[in-house]
Formats: sequence, structure tokens, C-alpha cells
Amino acid sequence: MEYAIEVQNLTKKFGSFIAVDNISFKIPKGCIFGFLGPNGSGKSTTIRMLCGVLRPTSGVGYIMGKDIVKKAEEVRQIIGYMSQKFSLYEDLSVDENLDFYAGIYELNKEDRAKRKNDLMNMANLIGKEKSLAGTLSGGWKQRLALGCALIHKPSLLILDEPTAGVDPVSRRMFWGVIQQLAKQGMTVLVTTHYMDEAESCDIVGFIFDSKLIEIAPPKEIIKRENARNLEDIFINFVERATNTTFGSMKFSL
Amino acid sequence: MQIKKLFSFKRFLSIAKKEFIQVKRDPVSLRIPIIMPLVWMFLLSYAISTDVDKLSTIVFDQSKTAESQEYVEKFVASNYFVVKEYVSSEKEISDSIDKGVAKVGLIIPPDFSKNIKNNKPLQSQLIIDGTEPITARAALSCGVMVSDVYLRDKTQNTLKKIGISQSNMTISTRVWYNPNMESKLFIIPGLIGLVLQNITTFLTAFALVKERERGTIEQLIVTPIKPTELILGKLVPYIIIGFADLILLTCIAVLWFHIHIMGSIFLLIISGLIFVICSLSLGMLLSTFSKNQTQALLLSVIVLLPSVLMSGFMFPREAMPQVICWISNIIPLTYFLNITRGVVLKGIGITLIWNDIIALCVFTLVILCIASLRFKKYLD
Repeated sequence: MEYAIEVQNLTKKFGSFIAVDNISFKIPKGCIFGFLGPNGSGKSTTIRMLCGVLRPTSGVGYIMGKDIVKKAEEVRQIIGYMSQKFSLYEDLSVDENLDFYAGIYELNKEDRAKRKNDLMNMANLIGKEKSLAGTLSGGWKQRLALGCALIHKPSLLILDEPTAGVDPVSRRMFWGVIQQLAKQGMTVLVTTHYMDEAESCDIVGFIFDSKLIEIAPPKEIIKRENARNLEDIFINFVERATNTTFGSMKFSL
Repeated sequence: MQIKKLFSFKRFLSIAKKEFIQVKRDPVSLRIPIIMPLVWMFLLSYAISTDVDKLSTIVFDQSKTAESQEYVEKFVASNYFVVKEYVSSEKEISDSIDKGVAKVGLIIPPDFSKNIKNNKPLQSQLIIDGTEPITARAALSCGVMVSDVYLRDKTQNTLKKIGISQSNMTISTRVWYNPNMESKLFIIPGLIGLVLQNITTFLTAFALVKERERGTIEQLIVTPIKPTELILGKLVPYIIIGFADLILLTCIAVLWFHIHIMGSIFLLIISGLIFVICSLSLGMLLSTFSKNQTQALLLSVIVLLPSVLMSGFMFPREAMPQVICWISNIIPLTYFLNITRGVVLKGIGITLIWNDIIALCVFTLVILCIASLRFKKYLD
């Protein structure tokens, strides 16, 4: 079976620092894969290697069966990427941002108009066509960035902390869209620090200190670890790995 | 499988369009290319003048005779010297030159007119402030000439009186292209090139760096965009701005400074356009070396500053040491100066400047190739 993402012994070093240490995993098509881990654990580096922005030091990766290094250009045609910073052109309007990416992916006129219309509806951006991206608030920016990443109907959507700094309503709306896309057969790789989001993923992977320490469906992990939720598991993993204990969040006076 | 396209015109157009909108929305980046040429052209054209005239002169006339007065008047008549003051000691001359009140001191000995009458050797002294060599050299040669002519006239008169006539040798001189040797005619065509180069290079030096600073470069890298599409697409709006600057500068030269273009204006504009594209490409190349706008700015200054002095804009390249002359061969401005001065002053046609035009084309291609190769689609 061909997987949406297949990674074998992927390693990335920056000088002597090992950012990603020998990780391997396989994600079936149509899944929402939640990639979890503390800040600086190697999530973004892994994602950037999958997108072809960084080159792996060693190991191989395939997206829809295409080698991420040797077939980088083909991989770029089939992935949609949205970075932490929602890299939009702030001095371009909503419409112009979408137009630009439509042109970059060489959509023809009819496809472009239809696709833009679909995305504007999906991302709930109707009425904001002429607003400059820079004047939008967090949630709007996020949905526009998602629209830009989806313009060419990618088979794999890669989202790097898409909901960081976004209000709960926008977060719900955003996840609604993601679920819908997965239902249509798109594979989604998403990193997040929100464990409620992680629990709605089909598979989650924990990366800590550059190593992948767990990968399984969230329900399975919770059952196995006999924990209340993923948040506890996340804390447990870090506690075990570092031999420390963290107190409860609800501090009593 | 779809054949891999090397260049997508659609992507190129999308980038050009996006860049157009961004330039249009950024009032500063639109104002600079309009205001800068005006400011630089007017400031520099008046500041850079190698015409030496009306040097303030102090005279210490110890002879105080009709002859010495006549001698001083010859200096004044040359238009190079203006008598500022008559003084009565050498000390006062040296004081004035020290203070910078005067540039030239003329000392006429007490026995001046006596020696003329007796046909004895004359010795007067011209003191020149040499801190500015161009001025000093001009004052020196002019002073010597004035003195020689005066002396020759005087001795001939004396010889005639005693019945001897002397054969004369004269050389007839003609200065071509710029008969009055006005530095304006030399500077302004060059200034068009210099100003164009600086503005256009800075424009594109920021182009790629802005994407890097705003983080949009990462998004571009994950798209199937090709470096050549990106670089050429980004170039397009700036070519139009650069071309507008070229027309603006030419208009200022013709309408304000009354520079008469001897050759074909069409040839000047076409070669100017090639030079604009060449400078823009250079900026784009510098952009690939820079991580932020500060670096791009510093790098541009480092690259552009030597071209001001080495391209032959101010000083003749023939006077430069061999090594410097070789280096100046890799400065595009050098070639464009040949073209502008040739076309504007000498009125020469394409047959005499085609090699300069080809040099500019080669530079443009090479620079664009390096820039495209340097723009790797990786961030590490």
C-alpha cells in the first residue's frame, strides 16, 4: 500500500546539533496526523524537510510515493503548506493573495475563478475580497493562509501550528474545515500544542528531544497509558524523559 | 508524465503582477525613484565642476610701475585669477593662503620694470595652494602661460627697437567635441549613468530580501516556482521604473542643462535600457547574498562606491594603474559611460559603441545566471 507520508530514519543536523534524530513513520492516505511535541523538539524541522525547504542529513522520505529529495519539484506540486507565520503578502488584498498562488500553480482562468470562489466560501472570507491581508485579524489571516495553501487542491496539506494565537471560535471553524477536507480524501499533517485538537486527529505522534517516542491513534494511547487525556500523556512523556515532575495546572492557594 | 517545463510564462506573469501591486502600494518605493534622480542630478551636477576660474589672488607688487601693473592685468584678463588684495609683505601672502582666503599669491620683485627695460632675466613668483591638485595644476599652467606670453611680447618689442626680428613658431590648437572644455558637458552624460546605476541597483537589492524578511520566501520555496521565473518576474516592474528614470534624467540633461545630444537619441535610450536591466540584475544578485535589508544596503554601497571613481566617471581611466584599469573593465558603468559620452558629445553611431553594448548584454546575462543559480530553493 502506498502511504501519504513515509519516512525512514530521517535525520537533520545543524552542525553538531541534531534537530531530528532518526525518525521513521508511515501515515495512510486520508488521515489527519497530529504531530505533537514541546517547542524546539524538531517538529518544524521535520515538516520543513517534508516540504523540501530543508534537505535531510540522512534518511529518506516519500510523499505519495515520491522521494522528497529526488522528486522535490513533483512533491511541491502535490503539497499545500501553511507555516506558523501565515506567510501572506500583507500589502496584497485577500483576492490578490489567492490570485498570486493560483498563478504560481498555473491554474487556468475558469479553474481559478471556481477555486477561488470555493475557497472564499470554505474559509468564510466572503466580503473581505478587497481587504489587505495585513489588516485582517488573526483568525481571518489564518483562514486566508489556508486558502492559499489549498488553491491547487494538494493531496497532502501540511500545517505548522496553524491555530497558535487564534481565538477559540476561529479555532473551531478551522478544525471544522480540516475535518471536511480529510473526509474528501485529503491527508493532513498538523502540529499543535492544543491537546483538544490533537484528540480529534486520527493518528498522533509525539516527538521529544528530536526523537519520535510514540505514534498511534489518540484513543489507543489514552487507553494504554490509562490516562484521562492526551494532555496528561504529553506531560507524562516529558516527565519520564527528563525525570522531573510537573505540578497540576490548577494551582491551589 | 508531464514534461518538466523549464520556464512557466504564467508563473513569471503572476510574480510580475504581484510585484507591480506591491510597488504601487508602497509609496516610499515609488517616491524614491522619482525624487532621487532629481536631487542627485541637480546636486551632483553643480557640485562636480572641474572648471577652474576666478581664483582669488593676492599680489605683492614691490615694483609698483606701469609694467608691473600691466603684468598683473594680464593675469586678470586670463579669467583664471581675480585680484583680491594688494599687500606689502610675503608674510601677508602666506597668511592669506594659510587661512584659505586666497588660493594664489603673486610676488613681483622691485627690479621688475628695470630688468624689462634692460633686457635682463625677469623673475616673478607665483605661489599656489596645492591642496586641490586639479585647481593648482590649472592655475600653474595658466600662470606660466600668461607670464611667458607677457615676456615674449616685451622682449620682442625690445628686440624690434634694436632692429632684430625673431622667427616665431606657433601651434594652432583645436579642441574637439567640447570646444570650451566645460566640465558640465563631461559630467552630465556620465551623471545619467551614475544616477541610474545607483537607483536601480538599490531598488532590486531589496527585492528578494524583503521576501526573506517577511517570511514569504519559505512559502515560495514550497511552491513549484523556478528561480529564473522568480528573478525575472521580480525584475519587470523595476525595469519600467528604471526606464522612466532614464527618460527623466535625459530630459533634465537636455532641457535644464542644455546638453545637446549630438548622436541618436534612440541609440542612447536603447543602450540606457540595457544598462538599466544590467544594474537591476546586479541588485538582484546582491539580494541573493543578503539576509536582511541592512546587509543588502551595505553590500550595495560596497559594490557601487568604487564604480564612482573607477568607471572613468571623474578621472580618466588612462591615468589609472594597470590593475585598477583591469578592474574597471568589470564595472558595467565603465561601458555605459563610453556610450553616453560617445553618443551625447561625439555623436558617434552604433558602429563605434556596439562592443560596449555587447559588453553590457553579456554582463546582464552572466549576472542573471549567477543570481538564479545562487537562489537555491533551500533555506539551509
